[in-house]
Amino acid sequence: MTKTYFTDDHEWIRVEGDIATVGITDYAQEQLGDLVFVDLPEVGATLAKGDTAVVVESVKAASDVYAPADGEVTGVNDTLSAEPGLINTAATGDGWLWKMKLADAGQLDGLMDETAYNAMIG
Amino acid sequence: MTTTETAQKLPLHDIHEQAGARFGPFAGWSMPITYPLGVMKEHLHVREKAGLFDISHMKLFAISGPGAVALIARACPFEPGEMTPSQARLTFFLDDKAGIRDDLIVTRLGDTRFMIVANAGNAAADEAHLRALAADFDAEIEPLERVFLALQGPQAEAALNRAGVATDGLYFMHGREPKPDWFVSRSGYTGEDGFEIGLPETDARALVARLTSDDDVEWIGLAARDSLRLEAGLCLHGQDISAETTPVEAALLWAVPKPVRETGDFVGAEALRAAIMAGAAQKRVGLKPEGRQPVRAGATLYAQDGSVAGRVTSGGFGPSAGHPVAMGYVNVDLARAGTQLAAEVRGTRVPVAVHALPFTPHRYLRG
Repeated sequence: MTKTYFTDDHEWIRVEGDIATVGITDYAQEQLGDLVFVDLPEVGATLAKGDTAVVVESVKAASDVYAPADGEVTGVNDTLSAEPGLINTAATGDGWLWKMKLADAGQLDGLMDETAYNAMIG
Repeated sequence: MTTTETAQKLPLHDIHEQAGARFGPFAGWSMPITYPLGVMKEHLHVREKAGLFDISHMKLFAISGPGAVALIARACPFEPGEMTPSQARLTFFLDDKAGIRDDLIVTRLGDTRFMIVANAGNAAADEAHLRALAADFDAEIEPLERVFLALQGPQAEAALNRAGVATDGLYFMHGREPKPDWFVSRSGYTGEDGFEIGLPETDARALVARLTSDDDVEWIGLAARDSLRLEAGLCLHGQDISAETTPVEAALLWAVPKPVRETGDFVGAEALRAAIMAGAAQKRVGLKPEGRQPVRAGATLYAQDGSVAGRVTSGGFGPSAGHPVAMGYVNVDLARAGTQLAAEVRGTRVPVAVHALPFTPHRYLRG
């Protein structure tokens, strides 16, 4: 069973078992504009909640994407190195950023669901 | 958000809102940053067809009177008396240390009439500076309330003609007043052929309606204006040039004619002559980061021996160049094109090569 969470920082986290897939929301990609570079973490890297896990760069600026919980990176979306624009066209699908094994899934408790997130961005 | 709300709105704000612009603050103004097309397509559209920019945040000053030539010769390092009517040039207001207070375009409109276009962020200071200088001259300074538009790109002339604005006989860096309260010059800040048009708001609304109904014309926001000017190697005041830089290190000495450098009596003349004599320790150059990762303003540059070589003052991605582009200041012995440096980005060193400016060739229409 999968469950999707959303953060105040406009990230989505799709959880299956103890593996979370993380990306930025469609709203976030729209705000950032055309993305030209994605700085991905190394597979095996350990992340603490709140760490900068990924930096996405638009034509104009660089923006941090934070780890929503503690865990270890188990995969990154290498396609983005050649095609960062995938985040613009498919933010919540093929434009995912990284997968991580959650140390404590309970850290995600209290994050928003899609309805609450959509209400937040209005 | 509060900054956007307290920022001054452009006279055509409602038109940009209707066009779906995303706004952001710049120099005290709420400016259209991007339109629904997005920065990448907006940028490329300007290089391929014609892009319409609202640059009404910039300030137009009309200078007129029998002392106009003498006032401008005092205020700026060039000889305005040698300009032919309609001729325009890039120049500066310098301070006593030859630091660049602002970069300006001055157009001679008649024997005793000039137009000065100043940057938004410096407009108030420029006006005060000019008025203080004008006390000694018989010249009137008139800040103009205008909408200021730029139409840039290879189709700009055709589109402007279709919209009813004549451009015949107007070549790059020339301008004229085709009717009362209108100012049209062949100039811009994208590296493309194009025009800048200052006009009253009512006329502007009519012109914009005609231009935006033209298939070749799209609204272009400030984000693409920045990537276009950076590819074209053009400086943004407050970032690439400032009161902390002289025209010598900014590699803009070409804008100061040789005789004026030697004998001109403009503000900052002594300091500029001293700076020329001493030579600059650093020089403004283009920088091409290796790979895809942009190198942004503020990044420190290192030489291959690990010593600090300079700093990046503007950086981003060049949609037409197809790679990241940047400019900055480096020690003069490292300023030659091809010199390998490294920029520090988030703790890692990105290889960067000194690169000739512009990154994309200028396509101005000269007479």
